[in-house]
Amino acid sequence: MSTLKDALTSALGENVTLRDAQYPNSVISCTVPKEKFVDAAKTMKKAFALLAAEWATDESPMGRGFGVYACYRWGAEYLIVKTEISVDDPTFPSLTKQFVPAYRFERQIKSLMGITPAGHPDPRPWIKFEDWPEDAWPLRKSFDPSKPMSRVKGEYQWIKADGEGVYEIPVGPVHAGIIEPGHFRFQAVGETVINLEGRLGYVHKGIEKRFESLSWHEGARLAARVSGDTTVAHVLAYCMAMESMAGCNPPERALWLRALFLERERIANHLGDLGAICNDAAFAFMLYQMMRLKEMLMRTNHKLFGHRFIMDKVIPGGVAVDIGPEGKSEIYNEMDYLSKEFEKLVAIYDENSSLEDRVRDTGILSAEMARELCVVGIVARASGLNLDCRIFNPFPPYGQYERLKLDVPVLVTGDVHARAWVRVLEVRESIRLIRWLLVNLPGGAIACPETMPEPGSAGFAAVEGWRGEIIYWLQAGLKGEINRCMVRDPSSVNWLGLEQSIHGNIVPDFPLCNKSYNQSYSGHDL
Amino acid sequence: MNPYPLIVEMLQIATLIVLAPAFVGWVRTLKCWAQGRTSAGLFQPYRDLDKLFSKDILLPENASWIFRFTPYLVFGTMVLAGGIIPILSIDLPLAPTADVIVIVALFAIGRFFTALAGMDIGTAFGGMGSSREMMIASLAEPAMLMAIFTVSLANKSTSLSQIVHVIYSGQSVLRPSLSFALLAFILIALAETGRIPVDNPSTHLELTMIHEAMILEYSGRHLALIEWAGMMKLFLFVMMGMALFAPWGIAPRGDIAAIPYALVITALKLGVMGIVIVSIETGLAKMRLFRLTEFLGAAFLLATLGMLSYFILD
Repeated sequence: MSTLKDALTSALGENVTLRDAQYPNSVISCTVPKEKFVDAAKTMKKAFALLAAEWATDESPMGRGFGVYACYRWGAEYLIVKTEISVDDPTFPSLTKQFVPAYRFERQIKSLMGITPAGHPDPRPWIKFEDWPEDAWPLRKSFDPSKPMSRVKGEYQWIKADGEGVYEIPVGPVHAGIIEPGHFRFQAVGETVINLEGRLGYVHKGIEKRFESLSWHEGARLAARVSGDTTVAHVLAYCMAMESMAGCNPPERALWLRALFLERERIANHLGDLGAICNDAAFAFMLYQMMRLKEMLMRTNHKLFGHRFIMDKVIPGGVAVDIGPEGKSEIYNEMDYLSKEFEKLVAIYDENSSLEDRVRDTGILSAEMARELCVVGIVARASGLNLDCRIFNPFPPYGQYERLKLDVPVLVTGDVHARAWVRVLEVRESIRLIRWLLVNLPGGAIACPETMPEPGSAGFAAVEGWRGEIIYWLQAGLKGEINRCMVRDPSSVNWLGLEQSIHGNIVPDFPLCNKSYNQSYSGHDL
Repeated sequence: MNPYPLIVEMLQIATLIVLAPAFVGWVRTLKCWAQGRTSAGLFQPYRDLDKLFSKDILLPENASWIFRFTPYLVFGTMVLAGGIIPILSIDLPLAPTADVIVIVALFAIGRFFTALAGMDIGTAFGGMGSSREMMIASLAEPAMLMAIFTVSLANKSTSLSQIVHVIYSGQSVLRPSLSFALLAFILIALAETGRIPVDNPSTHLELTMIHEAMILEYSGRHLALIEWAGMMKLFLFVMMGMALFAPWGIAPRGDIAAIPYALVITALKLGVMGIVIVSIETGLAKMRLFRLTEFLGAAFLLATLGMLSYFILD
């Protein structure tokens, strides 16, 4: 039973062709003709679905043209709608009027794949830089990444604001702190921000293209490096998509260890973020104390699993490192200490009125706006959207609700405090989860023999990283190689939320607001 | 001519220039301890200054003479103020030439030129910092004058040396108006020296800066002078507060033997004030920019109450 599938077939009837070879089977994939692509989106909008991702593929090795895919989510259901585009007429109807996040996805498709979204309000490139030649479309199979690209002249057209007293503040791409590069352009009147336009793409590394020249095994190592602070969740999503295509079921112990790594990653990053949010309000005490706790976790990671971020420890078919009884008791003791220290700091955060004055009512993303922008993860959960792949798209042990009783916090105010407080509640929950995982950890092998994906198939996986839902969509070529690897980091949609929530705030509150989002540049730019 | 006042003057200015970085070092050290960190030590500000002095100056393309002149002017006004505010002794030849109103004006000149320099180079941050600084100045300066006038009324003079002299001669008594003035002065001093909760001296976030935003484009020797002047400003505000409200320890007229004693007391006072500053800074987050009007408005209100209570109660 699938609500989305029923809605789509009843609205479009015979125009919908269901496709097989899309794994896992719970994710439904169908093809509609190009002229029905927008109708499909309208139907999805009526069915209250959200747009999770939109991407394009070059299927010329399979003797086809291009494919444009839109992935919709409603609760636990994912539905992928594909439309095929001929090489002679590389255009497709834009979904931006139906779903706002398509705005960026489609600009990206146009920039990197060279397929034009007809009816898109914004013709400017995204990710692609103005000094790239007009016909340089890196994701097309005809593009040779080994040759240096020629450069041309060009200038990015920023949105302009006119009027008395309006001035612009360009910030970045190189920032004063040790963070990734991105450009933010503010239009302000006095101290009030009237518009913020972000521009990203400065850390574009051609990751999606690179996947296509790697073996499935090497691909896992690359996925672990898409966004360094989310290495576990990214590689996990890649592996799950690949395993679904290969029909490989990792042993239960491996899945539980993956969950353990995922929760440790979540705690470490949330601790760092909480400290950084307070530091941007000049409350540096919290930063150093939170960083101390984060460092403790990372050192334990290094000691027990061989890497501070647990990078490359999740592999296709399972995990690469096991945990012994000493390791278990070490983590258990660490969690006791962490939870004690963490509660002390949370009490300080909660009771300091000067801090409260800064974080409350700052940078509000309303629930309506959050829904409109289809944001995910902590940002969504701070604005009243109950989305968490650990509940809606779980893998064991998360699937065992009755035993696990996962409690996902959802707040409604959508301000900086809400985004911080969601993190606080999630850290508490993750500590509880880790304890539970350690006590109930099943025995057995930690990896299954590797099998390769079947040629021509496609795999999908969504994993709740600490920022939110990470989506991987893999497509195998005719020889069983990687034909396309689509990566959708939560940042791809959540950056839009930041731009909207800063409206009407004052300029000096932006850093605080930005920290409460803390989106990835690398995961977005790819 | 008696060379003694001249020597005292020189000694006092030397004390200011040499001790100011150490005081900032002390504040930073305490702050590190309060946050549970190891500090870089008392002498780190000296090393920073040394580093900056040995670096080349990088001038923005469209910098005019204002940009190049401002660091020297700011440094000069602070040194001059150091010759007027009694730190070690009240035997200051410069003291009769300038009273406390002139000192406020001296700080205002430095601030005025810094704001001009911030706008001179034409970056968005410079202009933003200048506009914020001027907003603070327009609120802080009247409040500061009010607070100082209250003390002046109580001690029948606007000259700092004379105020200290009056307090020493026992003509001054503890008055309720002084406690209002003291509270107002503390709030203003936090704003004037750019400390938390008004400004964050150690931030790297350009969008939130006030004082730092104006001087973002400075480098090398220029930056060193401005940083040094900033340290002296903090030092001078502590010393001014001491002269107004707790002058004990400053050498009285003609007492050479009291100078070493004054040095020790000064160091002690600085040590204690460091603890006060750090306890304020560690426990508070920075205010939202537009809360500053309430903060400085409260300072003005307190100062006014002090003055009213002087007339009503005393």
